[in-house]
Amino acid sequence: MWKYIAKRILISIPVLIGITVIDYFLMSLAGSPLSMMAGPRASKAALAAKGAQLGLDKPVLVQYFLWLSQILAGNFGYSIKGKEAVSSLIASHLGPTLLLMGVSLLLSMVVAVPGGIYSATHQSKKGDYILMGLSYLGNSIPSFFLAMMLIFVFTVRLNWLPSGGMATLGADLGGGDVAVHMVMPVIVLTVSMAGTNIRYIRSAVLEILQQDYLRTARAKGIGRFKVINKHALRNAMIPVITVFGMEIPTLFGGAIIVEQVFSWPGLGLLTMSAIVNRDYPVIMGVSLVAALVVLLGNLLTDVLYAVVDPTIQYH
Amino acid sequence: MIQLKKRAWSSESFGHIVWRRFRAHRFSFFCLILLAALTLSAILAPVIAPHDPNEIAGMFSAAPTAEFPLGTDQIGRDELSRLLYAARVSLLVGFLATVISTAIGVVLGLLSGYFGGWVDMVIMRFTDMVMSFPYILLVLVAAAIFRPGMWNIILILGFVDWPGVARLVRGSTLSLRESNFVKSSVVAGMSKAHILFSEILPNTTAPILIYATLVLAMSMLDEAALSFLGMGVQPPMPSLGNMLNGAQSLTILTSKPWLWLPPGLMIVVLVMCINFVGDALRDAMDPTSIHRT
Amino acid sequence: MADQQPILSVEHLKKYYPIRGGIIPHTLMQVKAVDDVSFSIREGETLGLVGESGCGKSTVGRQIVALERPTSGRVRYRGVVISSLPERKLGPIRTSLQMIFQDSYSSLNPRKRVFDILAEPMLYHKMVARADADAEVERLLGLVGLPKDSKGRYPHEFSGGQRQRICIARALSLRPRLIVCDEPVSSLDVSIQAQILNLLRRLQKELGLTYLFIGHGLGAVHYVSDRIAVMYLGRIVEVAKAHELFAHPAHPYSQALCAAVPNPDPDDRREPLVLKGEVGWQVEKTGKREQSRGCRFYPRCRMAKPSCLGRDPALEPVSPGSGHLVACPFAVSRETPGKDG
Repeated sequence: MWKYIAKRILISIPVLIGITVIDYFLMSLAGSPLSMMAGPRASKAALAAKGAQLGLDKPVLVQYFLWLSQILAGNFGYSIKGKEAVSSLIASHLGPTLLLMGVSLLLSMVVAVPGGIYSATHQSKKGDYILMGLSYLGNSIPSFFLAMMLIFVFTVRLNWLPSGGMATLGADLGGGDVAVHMVMPVIVLTVSMAGTNIRYIRSAVLEILQQDYLRTARAKGIGRFKVINKHALRNAMIPVITVFGMEIPTLFGGAIIVEQVFSWPGLGLLTMSAIVNRDYPVIMGVSLVAALVVLLGNLLTDVLYAVVDPTIQYH
Repeated sequence: MIQLKKRAWSSESFGHIVWRRFRAHRFSFFCLILLAALTLSAILAPVIAPHDPNEIAGMFSAAPTAEFPLGTDQIGRDELSRLLYAARVSLLVGFLATVISTAIGVVLGLLSGYFGGWVDMVIMRFTDMVMSFPYILLVLVAAAIFRPGMWNIILILGFVDWPGVARLVRGSTLSLRESNFVKSSVVAGMSKAHILFSEILPNTTAPILIYATLVLAMSMLDEAALSFLGMGVQPPMPSLGNMLNGAQSLTILTSKPWLWLPPGLMIVVLVMCINFVGDALRDAMDPTSIHRT
Repeated sequence: MADQQPILSVEHLKKYYPIRGGIIPHTLMQVKAVDDVSFSIREGETLGLVGESGCGKSTVGRQIVALERPTSGRVRYRGVVISSLPERKLGPIRTSLQMIFQDSYSSLNPRKRVFDILAEPMLYHKMVARADADAEVERLLGLVGLPKDSKGRYPHEFSGGQRQRICIARALSLRPRLIVCDEPVSSLDVSIQAQILNLLRRLQKELGLTYLFIGHGLGAVHYVSDRIAVMYLGRIVEVAKAHELFAHPAHPYSQALCAAVPNPDPDDRREPLVLKGEVGWQVEKTGKREQSRGCRFYPRCRMAKPSCLGRDPALEPVSPGSGHLVACPFAVSRETPGKDG
């Protein structure tokens, strides 16, 4: 098992290298990535003088490795607009995004697991059709449109919830205030994910319910609820874990849009303002960190998978 | 590969069976008809739209009237005409992006699955890398580097969306490669091109088609999101996403619902219909039951 | 035994499949699916190849039609070594060697009509003009006993036996000289089995075909074969004329196989020979010194003696000059009554 995990980590190394290559390539389309590291105080003339020192006259491959060594040392360059170090910008914006993603991911499971099981055990009945319809609706509704409708209802009409931000301006009201601000962004992200998850869990449970060992359990006279709870659920969790891993990139993308609409001060908002301002060092830094988060998420999924599924082979 | 002349004798083909089974799903069949109607009206927009989408025809932000059934936008253009043209643009973007990504995915998946070895290794690692980038972020970065616009969005979505298709096709190819009819073709000395495109590919069309409906739904949502963020289709060309972009202000949100509700609902209806059609297609093409009916 | 050149000969054929794994993937073990197999087939003859599942008989078949390449050893067709020829140099030999598979369902592309299945290979090799394809397909269908209008149908509209007939027609369409029949009747009902076997025999007579007939039980194989080779764990343990093998099986494994064939005679009171013990030794760690571990059948053999572990028995004539070969020293030393093949 440890061998398997070690192998899995080794496999992600070439992927990680590939990601940096793609990142570097994309950044090269916008200008020299290496010169973007030079920092805010370097003037155009000084930059030209420093060109040789930075290695800009060297072949592309050498430049890439110079850039990579800078990245590994934690130097992501400086924001063109704010003159701040990209690494500290990312550090301060990562927390809110992870908070949003984590809560939504959990909540979507809280909704989707019972929903999927109910749907599967009531296959082709009214409840199943309604849930499936809702799940497709959740998938088909653009997150920004849902966000606008929520704001329309809860802020404009009912005036229950703040329309954006992470905390009330000028007041330090603590965690409760953040929670209130989180409600709508979390709902939007949860709806889009729960739509997919509920169908995934439904089909997983359906498949397992048809297995012979479950029929045996039923034939032995074990009650329906107990059968599902004790035998089916554990096995149904295996595909659910896979969904978890698959959804992290989607979730990250969704967060960008949701943060934009609700002015949530996370990586998404940072990225969007960087994109609007053509602030390439920030864009590239965020892409790299995002890819890293996704890669870590996939790694975690695979390890979890190995823990839960006894049939997986470790060699 | 070998084109044969039209034959008079016939028997129920795969397509017939699927169509017969698809029609049994009444709700999805209804969705297909609705989708066809909306698509047709979008295609025929130049003929049926009451106004030119860019013509300033009435008052600013006027509520719906008999002349402007969905009202007018902030600068007095007919909202209904713009909606029809926007659906046309959004459907075109979704369709072309899906065609591009499916084509790339099919070719890479076939190569990867059939040849295996280092070809497979390289293609699959590359697929992993593209998949590791958060999708929207990759598209946004690309849109930031290349100038946003309809054609660039089509290309960007097309070149980013293929990994799912590639994996799917690779999987089916791997199992089909071991099937006896492919082995028979090898023994019969048929060329690799014949085996790939005439023996293997036709047997993967069902999963590809089902997946393509998913990609189509996703690309349309992505186009909407990008255009909403101002990184997609650029005004004055209308798209369902950028029509909502103009409606971000609180006054419009509060008091002028005709400006943001119709395009939003249009996306929901289109995407939902596509999803339901895809779902019914999955049932209709289910290989475990196809030969029993 | 006339000394004419065989249509096909297999010499010291070996096929090892690696089992890969580890953190840095490398070959951990090898499955020796085929381990030093030699035999030859004469023109117009049917050689039966029997053995239990996993003994490597199908692997031998796949190498003969060049679906797989041997780890070592050769396959010769009319004297030409084909096992090392690249695909594009096989030329006309490719179509001379055809194969019929066990599972007729997966042997036919479900998306194609019978006409396309039969016509495409012929048209591709320009063996028939486009205008004549229709007539040629109808002729082939008639040859295997299917109605002409079958050509417009899809494979799923046929029964198992009919599908196997289509497979045979497809193999015949390229005018092959040798057909490898890989358990062609194993998945069919018994009544259908006889029909297919009779069809194969009739076609052999009419077209002068040569068969390698692979099967897991002696029943069907005995019915169609002139000679039979018995395989056990990747190696041939006995070769003899069909009736000879059936009447006087020499190897203990062949004896068990013969005893397993049901006998319609109610007075038959033969003791059933039940094989006991573990099937051993097909998987070996790589890097180990190559060493003989004795007779492969040892763990299940009822006549096993300690000396069997010492050497790997070679195929030898049962009696001097006999065509009946066996890989068991005790079967050789035993006095065989009567004549042999």
